[in-house]
Amino acid sequence: MTTLQSTRTAPTRPATPARRPAPAHPSRWLTLGVLGIVSVYFLAPVWWLLVSTTKSNSALFSGNGFWFSGRFALLSNLHDVFTRQGAIYPRWLLNTALYAVGGAAVSTLVSALAGYALAKYAFRGRETVFNIVLAAVLVPQPLLAVPLYLLFSPVHLVNTYWGVLIPSMVSPFGVYLARIYAAASVPDELIEAGRVDGAGEVRIFATIGLRLMSPALVTVFLFQFVGIWSNYLLPALMLADDKLQPVTVGLVGWQAQRGIGDAVPFSIVITAAAVSVVPLIVMFLSLQRFWRSGLSAGSVK
Amino acid sequence: MSTAATTHSTPTTHHARRRARTAAAFLLPFALLFAVAYLAPIGYTLYQSLFKMHRDGLGLSAPTKVFAGLGNYSDALHDPVFRSSLLRVLLIGVVQVPVMLGLALGLALLLDAKGTLFKRFFRLAFFLPYALPGVVGALMWSYLVAPGLSPITSAAHALGLHLDLTSGPMLAPTIGNMLTWGWTGYNMLIIYSALQAIPPELAEAARMDGCSALGIAWHVKIPIVRPALVLTTVFSIIGTAQLYNEPAVLQHVAPNLSSNYTPIFAAYNAVNDNNFGYAATESVILAALAFVLSFGFLKLVGRRGAAL
Repeated sequence: MTTLQSTRTAPTRPATPARRPAPAHPSRWLTLGVLGIVSVYFLAPVWWLLVSTTKSNSALFSGNGFWFSGRFALLSNLHDVFTRQGAIYPRWLLNTALYAVGGAAVSTLVSALAGYALAKYAFRGRETVFNIVLAAVLVPQPLLAVPLYLLFSPVHLVNTYWGVLIPSMVSPFGVYLARIYAAASVPDELIEAGRVDGAGEVRIFATIGLRLMSPALVTVFLFQFVGIWSNYLLPALMLADDKLQPVTVGLVGWQAQRGIGDAVPFSIVITAAAVSVVPLIVMFLSLQRFWRSGLSAGSVK
Repeated sequence: MSTAATTHSTPTTHHARRRARTAAAFLLPFALLFAVAYLAPIGYTLYQSLFKMHRDGLGLSAPTKVFAGLGNYSDALHDPVFRSSLLRVLLIGVVQVPVMLGLALGLALLLDAKGTLFKRFFRLAFFLPYALPGVVGALMWSYLVAPGLSPITSAAHALGLHLDLTSGPMLAPTIGNMLTWGWTGYNMLIIYSALQAIPPELAEAARMDGCSALGIAWHVKIPIVRPALVLTTVFSIIGTAQLYNEPAVLQHVAPNLSSNYTPIFAAYNAVNDNNFGYAATESVILAALAFVLSFGFLKLVGRRGAAL
């Protein structure tokens, strides 16, 4: 909990006064060299992906993969991505947005309510409930995908939006995060003052609790949003109808055609993959602070 | 952690009961969804795993469901295909998890060290793969290793080497690489956050005592971030158990990749064959193994790591 707070209030550690001389130069250059080489490993594939979106399908098979060659085909690739197969790609993006925004919004609200209740009310079985939530954090979503399919199949939720949306609305990690944050940042005195003023419990939650918990709720939303956006196995199992599929499932469907004959060419799959991550990269860069607070909450568990 | 009812003096039983009701109401939406998305599928899967589909000899009438006790379990444990999928994932995990976590720890320590330049840039660069969905990362790597497309293969060719990263013996290293690429940054950030929480005075004091940078890392920093290392290891064990996306995507450029490559593959195939009981059994066995391995690891590292 201390980490959560310290990273929130002080994202970077204050620099210690420069009393001592900087470390010897050779080790500093060595560090820089090692980090540089490792960052090439992490960045080069993404660079390859970006460069490849500018190539025609045939140019992909010749020349240096890490540099531009042939005519600049980005615009025609984009055009093909968005019009291929009766313009199904934009539909996949919209489906993903629906699953990710809908699922993350509901799960954030539900987590806020549950986390607040666990932190701010004393009742019998509270610790048991919290321990179940903690255990559920460790249950990986993909392991649940087959069981969910088995359960949803007889009740006809398979191949519907709900088959993916309902499991996306639950986030034990969100409840965990909301609870530790509510315990740390919503003072009991404020709640008590609200009660003295005659405000109902729901009103106190909505006006005091939600507002004070909002930084943690952004983190919960972000993690759930990215989790749903990235999810593959569950929607792949649930949704046979490609009109309902999110972009991850659609993309792999295109890739599975292996670029043979009339199949979707590699250049289209590559460009479609690159386009699909743009919203995530934007969120990732603009909400970095919340990423770190969520991850450090994980590390103090 | 103090709460309203315990810190404030003598709440009347009436108030206490009403607040308990409010708490229950606040918990209700989560409880309902949790029941539908966690408890029910787990319970139903356990139940399903006890039944087999019985087909008559000619396959003319619809198959009937018959109680099989632990029959599916004994079938699955004797099924060479399922067993080799478990073994394969175990081997990948035994090699890949230590490599990835060693790299993550090393990078976190280098980023945390005093005087490292461009920290912000490196942190972003290492974390970028985690921002991509696993499937998109896998798709990208599948093309980076696909014969014909792969810039790696063509570079090796230019050096006079024959390298096919999608050939049988190279599949496991290729998948291990995809996992390492995708998850090192995430683990690094967890460890790095724990390192950042160490008071700077501690390292400073060790430095005053003549401890080298390496010595500080080994004697001061690593012991303190031990809980983060334990946590990332448990997460990685669980993550490896559910290995699916990477081989599933790689399969489309590596046709010799078995369609029962990992246990989840096997369960997925059983679902497609409408053999739900068997799919349920395989899921239960996999979950049980993941559970045993993670808790076995926690026991192994002792209470000091598990307590946090």
